[in-house]
Amino acid sequence: MGPSGSGKTTLLRLITGQAQADRGLVEFDGRNVATLSRGELFRMRRRMGMLFQNGALLTDFDVYENIAFPLREHTRLPERLVRHIVLTKLQAVGLRGAARLMPAELSGGMARRVALARAIVMDPELLIYDEPFVGLDPISMGVVLRLIRRLNDTLGVTSIVVSHDVREIIAVADCCHLLSGGRIIASGSPKEVAASDSEEVRQFMHGQPDGPVPFHYPASDYAEHVRQVR
Amino acid sequence: MATSVLRELHESVEDALRALGAYTLFAGRLAAETPRALLRFRLVVEQVHNTGALSLVIIMMSGLFVGMVLGLQGFDLLERFGSEESLGSAAALGLLKELGPVITALLFAGRAGTALASELGLMRATDQLAAIEMMAVDPVRRVVMPRFLGGIISMPLLAAIFSMIGLYGAQLVGVQLMGVDQGQFWSQMRGAVEFDDVMEGVLKSVVFGIACSLVAVYEGYHSMPTAEGVGRATTRTVVISSVSILLLDYMLTAVML
Repeated sequence: MGPSGSGKTTLLRLITGQAQADRGLVEFDGRNVATLSRGELFRMRRRMGMLFQNGALLTDFDVYENIAFPLREHTRLPERLVRHIVLTKLQAVGLRGAARLMPAELSGGMARRVALARAIVMDPELLIYDEPFVGLDPISMGVVLRLIRRLNDTLGVTSIVVSHDVREIIAVADCCHLLSGGRIIASGSPKEVAASDSEEVRQFMHGQPDGPVPFHYPASDYAEHVRQVR
Repeated sequence: MATSVLRELHESVEDALRALGAYTLFAGRLAAETPRALLRFRLVVEQVHNTGALSLVIIMMSGLFVGMVLGLQGFDLLERFGSEESLGSAAALGLLKELGPVITALLFAGRAGTALASELGLMRATDQLAAIEMMAVDPVRRVVMPRFLGGIISMPLLAAIFSMIGLYGAQLVGVQLMGVDQGQFWSQMRGAVEFDDVMEGVLKSVVFGIACSLVAVYEGYHSMPTAEGVGRATTRTVVISSVSILLLDYMLTAVML
């Protein structure tokens, strides 16, 4: 968790090898992500599933083909088996009936659920969610939230959820890390982080408009600035 | 003053060389990926449909009108020398060697090139390319290559159709409107046009196809992931493609003459 611009998405990009860190070390299953060759990086990514902020569905394909895409690219499974797997994943996210809809016909919440089905189609060991609740109505948010927890438990995967929705994260997370200005400022169970004494942590957890993260962007003296303009 | 002009000139040259280097590296990567991409020919055929078949109407209409203008202008010029029966050969040579490949390529850059660049740019802006990479699929191999090869295959086919329709347009004006003898029109053309003339046009259209497709996929794939970035990529595609086509046309003509 962390306010906008705190480095959450950057951290995800470092974990998945989409960006290189200037300093520090990212390890996946004991291997330094930065030193992996392109082929090794792709093999690593086959063990990951990622849900992008906007779903990032392929707009040329319908829902069914979007979910079948990784299977078609990485396996030579017969069509009957591909169909079985795709329908199973769609059933898991409650969208079996939407299999033939195009991405443009889906609501934000539905697109997110389709992207989730696509992220789990290769049975990954690690699921990564980048701001999965952004722009969702309360019902869709509740559905996605329940799916994240349920899939995590039933598939036995590790899930990393990046978000600034405090209540939602507290409801599903086993462990929280709070980022600010590119640093981790608090870690622990959601309860421990919520009970932190740090002003920075309290400002974020309680949504206070002013505090260590100031309301005003740094600027010169207001009166002086106005006079200069005149 | 002079220092700042020199500095700007130096930066411009440096930028241009950097861009040329990036284009060369990207072209090398595409060339290396070509054999593998051809194995998934179904994806290439889909793109031949998108870039080629969907450009047919504009190519055929333009070909007809260019041919008709060629018929009018050619007749007017040849009539002065009393050799209007040579209209068929003049129109055929003009279309096959020059107008067909060049105008097709310019139209291709405006229609299919911009579509390719904006499609790839939007895929970048909406994280579709990042999602493909996260699914452990190489977007250059899966998305860029079929579009690149589709463009290269489409261009000579479109240029051939353009020239054919153009000849029909020239015949329509020259023979039907201006009264040139039909037999003379076609026999003069058959006598004057040689295999090498046809191949010159084919070679030009293949080279233009490579240039236009490369520019479109490069600009789209490397566009900034914003609305402005996609718009800029589209504009750059038209500008760079058009200038490249005309420059390459001169170079190829000079070599093959």
